[in-house]
Amino acid sequence: MTENMTNGYKSGSRLERILRAGHFAVTGELGPPQSADGEVIRKKARLLQGIVDAANITDNQTAIVRMSSIGAGTIAVQEGLEPVVQMTCRDRNRLAIQSDLMGAYALGMRNVLCLTGDHQSFGNHPTAKNVHDLDSLQLTQMVVKMRDEKCFQCGDEMKGAEPRFFVGAAANPFGDPFEWRPYRLQKKVKAGADFIQTQLIFNIERFAKYMEKIRELGLHEQTYILAGIGPLKSPGMARYMRDQVPGLDVPDIWVDRMMGATTGIDKEDKKARQDAWRREGIQIAIELIKELKQIEGVAGVHIMAIEWEEAVKPIVEGAELFPRPEPTSLPTSDTETAA
Amino acid sequence: MNTADGTPLKIVAFCCRYCSYAAADLAGVLRLRYPAETRIVQIPCTGRLDTLEVLHAFEHGADGVMVAGCLEGDCHFQEGNLNARRRVEHIKQLILQIGLEPERVEMFNLSSAMARQFADAATSMTQRIIDLGPNPLRVADRDQMNQMIEKPAG
Amino acid sequence: MIVAEQKPLEEIKGLINEANKVLVVGCGTCVTVCFAGGDKEAGILATSLRMNTKLEGAPKDVTHLTVQRQCEWEYIDPLRDQIGEVDAVVSLGCGIGVQALAERYPEAIIVPGLNTSFLGLPIEQGVWEERCAACGECILGLTGGICPIARCAKQLLNGPCGGSQNGLCEINPETPCAWQLIYEKLAAQNRLHLLMEIQPARNWSTGRDGGPRKITREDLRLVKKEAE
Repeated sequence: MTENMTNGYKSGSRLERILRAGHFAVTGELGPPQSADGEVIRKKARLLQGIVDAANITDNQTAIVRMSSIGAGTIAVQEGLEPVVQMTCRDRNRLAIQSDLMGAYALGMRNVLCLTGDHQSFGNHPTAKNVHDLDSLQLTQMVVKMRDEKCFQCGDEMKGAEPRFFVGAAANPFGDPFEWRPYRLQKKVKAGADFIQTQLIFNIERFAKYMEKIRELGLHEQTYILAGIGPLKSPGMARYMRDQVPGLDVPDIWVDRMMGATTGIDKEDKKARQDAWRREGIQIAIELIKELKQIEGVAGVHIMAIEWEEAVKPIVEGAELFPRPEPTSLPTSDTETAA
Repeated sequence: MNTADGTPLKIVAFCCRYCSYAAADLAGVLRLRYPAETRIVQIPCTGRLDTLEVLHAFEHGADGVMVAGCLEGDCHFQEGNLNARRRVEHIKQLILQIGLEPERVEMFNLSSAMARQFADAATSMTQRIIDLGPNPLRVADRDQMNQMIEKPAG
Repeated sequence: MIVAEQKPLEEIKGLINEANKVLVVGCGTCVTVCFAGGDKEAGILATSLRMNTKLEGAPKDVTHLTVQRQCEWEYIDPLRDQIGEVDAVVSLGCGIGVQALAERYPEAIIVPGLNTSFLGLPIEQGVWEERCAACGECILGLTGGICPIARCAKQLLNGPCGGSQNGLCEINPETPCAWQLIYEKLAAQNRLHLLMEIQPARNWSTGRDGGPRKITREDLRLVKKEAE
């Protein structure tokens, strides 16, 4: 990783400073509403602020139209929650992505996660035209180039201030072909990814094997790997994720644990059953994090509690990751002039 | 045999020479009765059945079309009769789009010894067509003819 | 070859509802091979239209013919008389055939009878799959002869994405993941190093994004005769 400008930091984001200081990082996820209601973002931001170091703001996740990640990210900044702006290749070409990211930077956003994007056939506009001008690797390259070479994708030099993002990419350790996944991560690192957030990890054994290969390739020393964690809400959700979601590996043991969570509770008492499931889901997440912390090369966790932001706090507390450390502050307030 | 309104029926039976054509022949030898309106067209295998020829049969006034091939598994050309069955399903869809009842065309499977079954199939098909009524294209023809007679051209 | 599918009869009828005399023109090349617009299909469409319009009380005079290729002037030039005699022409050619007829016979009403679907091949009789996106810059040499532009739902140049599971694409359990195929092919050939290179952002201007495309070969053009 090249050191340059901004006091030795690439972006100076809280997430970057936490990771650089060697702390075990915690990121969360904030899904914007399917409406123009900014209050939803404020409420969710308050649930995550101080609990996570930064929160991903999803970009029309699962191809369902939602408030823009940059719009919602602006509100998060106002609320004191550091956003990780997600940017997909599905909806924008290289012109739109560059212009949106310059806008995001000007609005105070400092982290971006480069994604390919879910196919539109999964969402609520399946008849839409997709873009895919770039793929996630090329997007990563482009954002890094804007920062490090101060130029646009076409090669033109940027005359004014360049957007200086801490650039992330995603990895799915359990996608097929399994043997290729570490090399694909290597390509993302080569493209310049500063940090990696993985798909949900439930199979620790298999993930450990993947990390073994990552260490063999030396990738854990070139990028920060945050392992994906998601609390299970119910046995139904566990089964669905095990059987239906491509690229997820949910071992039976967790499904059984979820099913066993309601033992001794009256079937009619729906509220008590739901509470028991949720407690168990949170407990499993805590256990998973504790195991992940033991794996060399895992620099943090990315907690995806979709539409269940309340779960993040007990998970972070239970995993003994609370309170969050305060990273060294930037020496000057204006990072752009520090070069 | 006539339809309810008295018009004589026309049913075209595309028969495979290895089975149902011979079955029809045998039915004759055995003096089994089957409707005289059945016009038999010999084809080398129902796999040779041509969609266009079936449509032409309807266009030229056939009220129903039977396609009769070998028992499944006994095709002289391995699987011509299986292909024919799928083709008949496709023709049903086509004539539905055109505006004819899909029941006007049907696939049957017979061996060369099944004279009785051939006669039964021809009889049941004929009954089905009687219930459906004549090919509406013929009715349309007649109506147009009547119009021309009422209002001579010029 | 070009793979096409016939439009529903109802839609074709809507396109020619003002015409009394109609000519269905089949094409003897790609669309014959994919059973969409050859002589047989032209005949079926013509008889279907005749029967259908007759049943509805307004019979149209529908005939058909087939030319070897609708996409070349010399094959469609001889149609002048037949086209001049009808009110509308249903072309069972691909989109190129329809446009060639429309260009050659500007006064005639030419409508499409097919939806041109893709460039592909019959993987077995009755089943066609897309293979080429005509993007104008072939990368098959880098991808083991499997095209990610045509066969990956996201046109990834550095795949596979996270949605590749058991060799299948997440968008459709009948679609193989192109990048899984590429990976397996190159692994079997011991050429995985090809995949370690990051394919840079693509120049899409050679494809449709660059606007309508044209190729001119001076070595093949005929010397223009002086205008008489």
